[in-house]
Amino acid sequence: MNSISRRRFMKISAATISLAAAGCALKSGTSSLGTKEKRKGIQKIPTYCDICFWKCGAIAYVKDGELWKIEGNPDDPLSRGRLCPRGTGGIGAHTDPDRLRTPLIRKRDRGEEVWQEVTWDEALGHIADKMQKIKSEYGPEAMALFSHGIGGNFLKHTLNAYGTPNISAPSFAQCRGPRDVGFRLTFGEDVSSPERTDIKNARCLVLIGSHLGENMHNSQVQEFADAIQNNASIIVVDPRFSVAASKAKWYLPIKPGTDLALLLAWMNVIVKENLYDKEYVTKHGFGFDQFAAELLPYSPEWAYTETGIEPDVIRETAREMGRYKPATLVHPGRHVTWYGDDTQRSRAIALLNALLGSWGRKGGFYYPISMDVPAYPYPAYPKPAREKVDNPNQKYPFAHETITTGIREATLTGQPYPVKGWFVYATNLIHALPNEEETIKAIQNLDLLVVVDVIPSEIAGWADVVLPESVYLERHDDLNVEWFRDPFTALRQPVVESPQDQKPNWWIAKELAGKLGLGSYFPWNDVEEYFKHRLTAAGLDYDELKKKGVIRGKKQPNYFEEGVPVEFPTPSGKIEFYSLQLQKAGFDPVPKYTSPEQNPPGSFRLLYGRAPVHSFSRTQSNRILSDMMSENEVWVNSSIAGRLGLQNAQYVTLKNQDEIVSNRVKVKVTERIRPDCVYLVHGFGHTSRGLRHAFRKGASDAQLLTRYNTDPLMGGTGMNNNFVTIEPAEA
Amino acid sequence: MARFVMVIDTSKCVGCMDCVVACKTENKVPEGFNRDWIVQDVIGSYPTLHLEIRSERCNHCDAPPCVYCCPTGASHVHSLGGVVLVEHNVCIGCKACLASCPYDARFIHPDGYADKCTFCIHRVEKGMDPACVSVCPTRCMYFGDVDDPNSVVSKFLASRKYHSLIPEAGTKPQVFFLA
Repeated sequence: MNSISRRRFMKISAATISLAAAGCALKSGTSSLGTKEKRKGIQKIPTYCDICFWKCGAIAYVKDGELWKIEGNPDDPLSRGRLCPRGTGGIGAHTDPDRLRTPLIRKRDRGEEVWQEVTWDEALGHIADKMQKIKSEYGPEAMALFSHGIGGNFLKHTLNAYGTPNISAPSFAQCRGPRDVGFRLTFGEDVSSPERTDIKNARCLVLIGSHLGENMHNSQVQEFADAIQNNASIIVVDPRFSVAASKAKWYLPIKPGTDLALLLAWMNVIVKENLYDKEYVTKHGFGFDQFAAELLPYSPEWAYTETGIEPDVIRETAREMGRYKPATLVHPGRHVTWYGDDTQRSRAIALLNALLGSWGRKGGFYYPISMDVPAYPYPAYPKPAREKVDNPNQKYPFAHETITTGIREATLTGQPYPVKGWFVYATNLIHALPNEEETIKAIQNLDLLVVVDVIPSEIAGWADVVLPESVYLERHDDLNVEWFRDPFTALRQPVVESPQDQKPNWWIAKELAGKLGLGSYFPWNDVEEYFKHRLTAAGLDYDELKKKGVIRGKKQPNYFEEGVPVEFPTPSGKIEFYSLQLQKAGFDPVPKYTSPEQNPPGSFRLLYGRAPVHSFSRTQSNRILSDMMSENEVWVNSSIAGRLGLQNAQYVTLKNQDEIVSNRVKVKVTERIRPDCVYLVHGFGHTSRGLRHAFRKGASDAQLLTRYNTDPLMGGTGMNNNFVTIEPAEA
Repeated sequence: MARFVMVIDTSKCVGCMDCVVACKTENKVPEGFNRDWIVQDVIGSYPTLHLEIRSERCNHCDAPPCVYCCPTGASHVHSLGGVVLVEHNVCIGCKACLASCPYDARFIHPDGYADKCTFCIHRVEKGMDPACVSVCPTRCMYFGDVDDPNSVVSKFLASRKYHSLIPEAGTKPQVFFLA
């Protein structure tokens, strides 16, 4: 049996970087599929999905040489044999006529989108020359990488070998970072991805702004349906009557920005009425008495004035949580960068779970496991001469990953040292980072901006060099050995060939390394050689993995009651109800509430979220998915629409507090949202002309997010602080 | 005799449209058209609301007006399970069936014939579920023979509250929605 390693959370960022790397000789980017002759009949090829980062195991059907359909791989623990609509529609990524086709070098001013088509050799040669120049003038730390998803592993390896520590992903400071910091401060561990939430076994499930069902993280949605079927008691807190809210026993229509007040009041009731898990708290808790004392002022009556939630409802829902403890899961959410106090709000969620004894328990948070597949034995990376640029003097003391917006800030100011080159892999920074203007200004300070993408995203439009990547159905990527309920290893492998001159990232990374004189960091010829090396070291068979797509390990204990060792890697070794490390750093040891900014008169708080058929800003030109939803709508409460004289499906524009005006967008007149806010699905309103099908369809929330409040603990950007007015637009 | 029906548990459906996407790829439904779709019915006023989400399609009616009105016989009831189908080569695209369907379940395919859900009869004949049922991530859709009292669909219809769409049209629809 393969050896299984448990709980390597603290090592995860280092590990995923060194997992990286791959390589191959120049001959071909597209694998062993090889021949141009189309095979007759149906082939079923297992791989794993990349429409989002969940990495669901899939089986692609190729009929007479053409990609026909993609289904879930029944052996895969993430998909459980069923994909989400985006995964099912993944073939639209392969057939998208707006894809990038060949490498491009910019010919006119940045952002004008005038290009010359070049060969890979020219493009990579050009990039390598510029990178060498940056290295000699400013040092290798002046290059930064923004990367999203497992595909970026290879490029991370090249950039590490080049000598920069400045490697980041928006998933930290623009998404889940505050949550992971809040949980680390409390339990010593992250919530991790995929989340270690035991939704299917929860008897009481609390969702705070999490819109499962619209947000299609596959395993979680499947388990949410299990929870519904099991008659779990569901409590949903959201200013919008989400799909999840429609499944709930209690829907709490909270005033935006006041979630922490509700959390403190819930904890107040749970402590006051002795509803918490006393044995668990006594045994595993640190500083409970001080924590309990801090909760005293936060009565449900006090919280009512902030949240608009009736005191009796706060009490009843708190009692419901207590009734089902420890199988009560207060879901930590994922995209939690809302108001700038997000780490403390996430910590309050962690503390509420701690009171209920749900961490490490069935129906709460399980202990995930990964398969121990050793990293490839690369030469050691050069040690950067300077610290990372994103967080000078540990300004954000609890940031344990790199802050994208910190790199942007350094690029703008030149402090603590200049950043002169950006490599951007599969993340559309124009839609991913708040305040587009700052991003564009920072780009003006660069000597080199390279974008690797599959479609002409907005950030590609600003690039000096654009590298067209093969889509996931056409390429190998790194092995997926992520933590989950039980250990597994999954393979992404090509199903069809790239239609034009697109290349897989492992090939791009290896070729670039060669041109940078870093060829020794890619000691093998083909990415399959890399897989075989790692799998052999793990006692696994590559041919079996190719055939099945996934290899499962032995079932392991997931809960304390199943024998998981009870350990909390915090400074006290216990669950920190009262945090001395926060106190020492000058922060509140127990979260304290501050009222959010009020709406300016006549304006609405802009909220945003997901639709089940789209991922970020990267699927709007997928013709299958755009056929499901081709533009977004702005949700406006019926009474407000009546007052403003707005009709359903009428086009309007949104203007924010900084006079930024959106593209025109249809109004959805609905009862399903509070009157004081409006809502957009993220990812629409594209301004890249190359995205012919998605160009100017709907409004971009990102464009309107000019203001953000930075979380003082970890540098996350709270983005729900923007207010808009609504103006009719021409049809 | 088998009588195929579809049962959809609205309490679990999240309206993700995976059923719509799967139908599209399985049956190569052209861009701009769908054989199934999602309806979200909202009742009440904020914040006291009820939302029913339904995956809808051809109801494969027991009294199918589309079959009765078809001048060429292209619209017909299949010998297996009472499934309503269209013989593409016989259809002249006159749209009588489109007009007769109370569910607006049909469209004219760009190739000129009336098209709609087939209950994926090509899969069902091989013992598989329709594509929409087989992909649903919430497992809220069920397909089977209502004449078989031991089938999953029969058990649901015997034990749960359900409704069908526009029963007053008298078409005897065979897609049922569990509350």
